Amino acid sequence: MGAAAEIVAEATLVEHRRGFRRRWYRTPTFVAGVSILGLIALAAAAAPLITTHDPVQQDLLHTLSGPSWSHPLGTDDLGRDEWSRIVYGARTDLRVAFIAVFFSFLIGTIIGLLSGYYGGTVDTLASWLVNVVVAFPFYILIIALVFVLGSNTRNIYIAVILVGWVSYTRIIRGEVLVAKRREYVLAARAAGLSDVRILRRHLLPNVVTQAIIFAMSDIVLTILAIVTLGYLGLGVQPPTPDWGRMAFEGQTFLTTRWELSTFPGIAVVITALGLSLLADGLADLLRPE
Amino acid sequence: MSLTGYVVRRLLQAVPVALGVTILVFFLIHLIPGDPARTILGNHATPRNVALLRHDWGLDRPLPVQYEKFMARLVHGDLGSSLNYGVGAGRLVRERLPVTLWLICYGALLSVLIAVPLALFAASRRDRVSDHLIRGVPLVGLGFPPFWIGIVLLLVFGLHLGRLFPVGGYGQGFFGHLHSMFLPALTVALALCPILIRSLRAALLEVLEADYITTARSKGLSERRVLMHHAFRNAAISTVSVLGVNIGFLVGGTLVIEQVFAVPGVGQLMINSVFQRDFPVVQAVALVFSMLVVLVYLLTDIAHALLDPRVRFD
Repeated sequence: MGAAAEIVAEATLVEHRRGFRRRWYRTPTFVAGVSILGLIALAAAAAPLITTHDPVQQDLLHTLSGPSWSHPLGTDDLGRDEWSRIVYGARTDLRVAFIAVFFSFLIGTIIGLLSGYYGGTVDTLASWLVNVVVAFPFYILIIALVFVLGSNTRNIYIAVILVGWVSYTRIIRGEVLVAKRREYVLAARAAGLSDVRILRRHLLPNVVTQAIIFAMSDIVLTILAIVTLGYLGLGVQPPTPDWGRMAFEGQTFLTTRWELSTFPGIAVVITALGLSLLADGLADLLRPE
Repeated sequence: MSLTGYVVRRLLQAVPVALGVTILVFFLIHLIPGDPARTILGNHATPRNVALLRHDWGLDRPLPVQYEKFMARLVHGDLGSSLNYGVGAGRLVRERLPVTLWLICYGALLSVLIAVPLALFAASRRDRVSDHLIRGVPLVGLGFPPFWIGIVLLLVFGLHLGRLFPVGGYGQGFFGHLHSMFLPALTVALALCPILIRSLRAALLEVLEADYITTARSKGLSERRVLMHHAFRNAAISTVSVLGVNIGFLVGGTLVIEQVFAVPGVGQLMINSVFQRDFPVVQAVALVFSMLVVLVYLLTDIAHALLDPRVRFD
């Protein structure tokens, strides 16, 4: 790329960042994603205000009852209020997914930056490790890790992070390999800036976009993984409400109370849709044409 | 680069990855907090039994020696013995493998049957309403937990709508499998479809921009012929790759879906073994399937190079 084209490319980048504030409300997918996710987050945060029952409180005299004024979605086999459990389930599942993805993002980005920038042994080792982890079917590795570590919330974080960082390392490494040959990095080097400064102030802001967009869809994958673990009985431990566990417990009563299994799934689908729309919108807003 | 050269280079790349897989699987046991032998045997195990298992698995030896022993056994096809069934873990996996492979192939086939027409339709009507609708499928579909799709299908086709399909099991004979495994396979297919539709549509649109398509159109060929004979053949190559790249997702998803429909495959074996703390079996499943993935990646790349010679020069 010639110097002139370089300047134009840089200008577009800046333009895009500046344009974000002006254009976000004109990107329908972004607005829709933020709205859906905002509503769910609000519901999760205000859970005690919008539910009438304790999500773990059993009421053995009113098990498997249908929808009523007191229980809008009915009760499960232990008489617990289904609506309350779905709302509190959002708390559990969203928290675990966001925290796990945040750390995957952080660790993966750092390794990707170092491996792409320095190359050599660091890069060989990191790339090898990425390829090895990618060779494992996602669910098999997650299940195996949760199995050996023991199934509790902390170990779900660890398992998801141990598997999740590789995607960010792959993305960031690829972007750094391209970016480090561009004039602005060469100039920063020639100016004698330290590697840490170049990585943090010059490279990171220019390579992180793809990783942020991916993080949104990664939260979807992570929520799916958490509820799948829950469904298999390896997830967040009962009685803490979790959408996956609820779907599993409801499956026994599929013939009589089909809502018990399907509503938690609908909660997952709506949450995931919000995140996917957000990812799509972000991609439109942040990606230079 | 010649095809042989490409295959050799690709094989050499696969070796360190395969070795890495064995190292990771080997290290799984050392991720168990505390004394693995005691944790695996449970609280009621006698110290003698714990010591026996520790010695038996070589846990009392230095790590490199342990890994060497592990590899020596592996080369002879020995994946350790199941603590629960008392037979080789490899044998257990081998017995269940046909069921799972059946389900994977059946599911992949159904997903191609669903995704290809939809992608073709969307690509031929770019930016029209039907295209937008089909593009929405991946957006919504990727958020469906595979097990939940299974539950809903079970509810609709297994319990209502005339109970068309059995709610579980494997069936007898070829047509029995075809019938009994339809719902699980459809679940696998629906979980995979969003990914396939998205990449196939993108591939088709890219191909449709190519010069040879313009040539084909200017020859006066019908749009249908251009799409089916000229564009689809090239775009199909990418479908094969997409299937290959997603083999990990396909395998993992299949294992979970087996659990919903009580299909007696490797997935069920793995989950049962997790609850029985049968470590060697879990280890064997992880090893067999990751090796399978490495192999499929390799075959996909070779198939791709065969079909599209440009790949070899990348």
